Amino acid sequence: MLDKELRSMIGQVKDGRMDRRAFIQRLAAVGLAAPAAYQLLALGGVAMAEGPSAYKPTKRGGGGALKLLWWQGPTLLNPHFATGTKDQDGSRLFYEPLACWDVDGNMKLVLAAEIPSVQNGLLAADGTSVTWKLKPGVKWHDGKPFSADDVVFTWEYTKDPATATVTSGTYRDLKVEKIDDLTVKITFPKPTPFWADAFVGAGAGQILPKHQFADYIGSKSRDAPANLAPVGTGPYKFVEFKPGDLIRGVINPDYHMANRPYFDSIEMKGGGDAVSAARAVIQTGEYDFGWNIQVEDDVLLRLEKGGKGKTIYAVGGDTEFIALNFTDPNVEVDGEKSSMKTKHPLFSDPAVRKALSMLVDRDSIKKAIYGRAGRTTANFLNGPEKFVSKNTSWEFNIEKASKLLDDAGWKPGADGIREKDGKKLKLLYQTSINGPRQKTQAIVKQACQKAGIDVELKSVVASVFFSSDVANPDTYPKFYADLEMFQIPMSQPDPSQHMRRYHSRYIASKENKWQGTNFPRWVNKDYDAAIDAADAEMDPVKRAALYIKCNDLLWQDTVFIPAMHRLKVEAAANTLRPVISGWANETDNLFDWYREE
Amino acid sequence: MSQYILRRLMIAIPSLLGISVVLFVVLALAPGDPFAELATNPNVPPEVQAALRAKFGLDDPIYLRYLHWLNAMLHGDWGFSFVSRMNVDRLILQRLPATLYVIGSAQILALMIAIPVGVYAATKPYSLFDQIANTLAFIGFSLPTFFTGILFILIFSVTLDWLPFVYTTDIKGTGIHWVLEMIRQAIMPVAVLGLFQAASMTRFVRSAMLDVIRLDYVTTARAKGLGQAKVIVKHVMRNAMIPVVTLIALQMPAVFGGAIVTEQIFRIPGIGSLLISSILSNDTPVVMAVTFVFACLVVLFNLIADVLYGWLDPRISLR
Repeated sequence: MLDKELRSMIGQVKDGRMDRRAFIQRLAAVGLAAPAAYQLLALGGVAMAEGPSAYKPTKRGGGGALKLLWWQGPTLLNPHFATGTKDQDGSRLFYEPLACWDVDGNMKLVLAAEIPSVQNGLLAADGTSVTWKLKPGVKWHDGKPFSADDVVFTWEYTKDPATATVTSGTYRDLKVEKIDDLTVKITFPKPTPFWADAFVGAGAGQILPKHQFADYIGSKSRDAPANLAPVGTGPYKFVEFKPGDLIRGVINPDYHMANRPYFDSIEMKGGGDAVSAARAVIQTGEYDFGWNIQVEDDVLLRLEKGGKGKTIYAVGGDTEFIALNFTDPNVEVDGEKSSMKTKHPLFSDPAVRKALSMLVDRDSIKKAIYGRAGRTTANFLNGPEKFVSKNTSWEFNIEKASKLLDDAGWKPGADGIREKDGKKLKLLYQTSINGPRQKTQAIVKQACQKAGIDVELKSVVASVFFSSDVANPDTYPKFYADLEMFQIPMSQPDPSQHMRRYHSRYIASKENKWQGTNFPRWVNKDYDAAIDAADAEMDPVKRAALYIKCNDLLWQDTVFIPAMHRLKVEAAANTLRPVISGWANETDNLFDWYREE
Repeated sequence: MSQYILRRLMIAIPSLLGISVVLFVVLALAPGDPFAELATNPNVPPEVQAALRAKFGLDDPIYLRYLHWLNAMLHGDWGFSFVSRMNVDRLILQRLPATLYVIGSAQILALMIAIPVGVYAATKPYSLFDQIANTLAFIGFSLPTFFTGILFILIFSVTLDWLPFVYTTDIKGTGIHWVLEMIRQAIMPVAVLGLFQAASMTRFVRSAMLDVIRLDYVTTARAKGLGQAKVIVKHVMRNAMIPVVTLIALQMPAVFGGAIVTEQIFRIPGIGSLLISSILSNDTPVVMAVTFVFACLVVLFNLIADVLYGWLDPRISLR
């Protein structure tokens, strides 16, 4: 996107010469999605606006029961102790953040009265602080008023190391202060271009009532009765909770949004598996909504024929990738394989990495495995739109890959496997145990074989692969393999967290107990510089350009081979009108759900 | 007798201790930790994960963790779930009613089929009835429950739309409507489990009956001129049931332990599904408590079976 043109357009919106919708459309035409455009406007001095709402009901209640099926049921209802998105989803039925993300990644107000912007004076121009105005008259389910004290308390609660919340990463470096009963100010330690992490969204943003949790901060946190019986501000009031099995709620008649919610009661059932969940929603209609339906497209298409429901998709930024190891996984140095003191014997030749990326048949992977739930891509960073690079490309071409290897001196040996200087092109390719992943492995292995690369496949139980267990050699951060495949969910519509991981400062090693996030152990000075610059860059256009540059560097060096840009898949009854965002938890926009016969 | 029971209970203590050590060590050595899912969440810094591990004592040496656990168990504290952040006993008690109801009904169904069919088949061995009963029994225990479960769902839920296949614990309605719904949703899981159990039990009852039916005292009873029914019920069955009672007693812990596969298929919130989801999420305290309670029940019911022996067959004396 051209810097100058964009600036003049923002100027036009500011002066009222161009209306906001036209601006968004112009940006969409050049590949910038609405969420990005809105944040551009916010930082360019024009207030962020809420996206349009398609909510139709004209009165509160009367919608009967809403039956949700979460095949991994929530096991606890304190969002700051959530061990997975399922727990955030369950808590979000009752608790609320200040704002959430709608379908297009626009900010949507929940407990806040106004979206902060430079223009309305709530967002500091240098990005070091943001002020939130709270909605007046909001009440907790037990009748106590909601105020700035609760917001400040939530910060105190989560940042306390003794409370051991999983959201402490979001809050520990901030300072949150109460200005008056309905105003809070968040101060950041350094300029923070993406200021909408704390108190926004279901992941980290859910606000706890001070009067329920004040006595249970720190080491006493596990004794709080409200951990299991939440008192929130949300559209539904808590009735019953059985961990892993069931959550029940009833309509909150005092809900702070007009005509909402639509349903009189809500039930979230847990357990079982994704296929039977799809069946219960799409085929028999026993349930209205099924969460995270990771099922082969063939099966879904069959269920949808003449069924009572359908699948729905939401685009986010989740990328299934194959990562290449830049260190040697077979040599042990100081009790550590894949040590930074080694270089990968095969991948240190860029031709091998390039050839590999040509051997991943993304079209077949989409056709055979992901179907409607995937998009092929050359990029590691696939969203939000404004951060997506247009400079990259991919191809699947066995002959070209073979030629590339031939030219680089990798000649087939007697057994058909290429070798050079006595080093054979033999690779170990690991991933977690998961149907689609094993199929992808098979597709890649087959193409590699044709090109004279021998690939050994390895599958590790997910609970081991993703664990932080220092004693286990099969975890993904240890990366004791040449290739590994998985995805890292992108939980917010901003790439900063996602891209920062591969800064050379964060290399995973024995020294940091493999807690470093840069598991490919790739070092690139340009990348480091771009990340550091982006972290401090307040100009949205320059910032987007920096992240695009980061993505392109990852692509040039073939650090990751993106196998698929994955979409969220849910199942819903034909009559249900759910609002699902690729940038938020499934229940984040629950207040806007309704039914249409 | 009471001395015998006391002695058996004393012997049970070291064996339970041994079981708990084995369970604990196996679980501690098992890979993975409960905070695995956090690892892929870029929102959660690794230090937070490390702090959580420390808070739940996961970094302590195994023997120390075992002693902590044992001490707590002796004080009636079954542990604290990492994943649900609540006491394990509460979690288990919440799951117990569904398991007792479904698995218990399945056992009763199995007995109600197995005993009459087995007894009748044994009185007329190699008759047409016996052949059919045997064939069905073989089919029954060759088909795993995950297969019959899904078959039942396809037939009765998807095609015929008669029965729900998701078990709910909060049925709306009261009185007779509630009872009917409870029965309706339990039909499929109870049938799947009950028929599976009945199949092997029928074979067992039949062979136990056949062992006894050929004995001389049965011939004597017949020679006395007693009717067939009286001979079978009073003389044959009473003796043939001794091994069957043992079998039933040893299966009782399973009623509490739940049925992992069936509970998973029908989404029954029982002990079995609690166990499997805890294993999958590495929630060690819950796995430990469930398996240990299960071990206690096995030891206890073994004792009960032995005591029952003496009561059923006075020839066996317990010392």
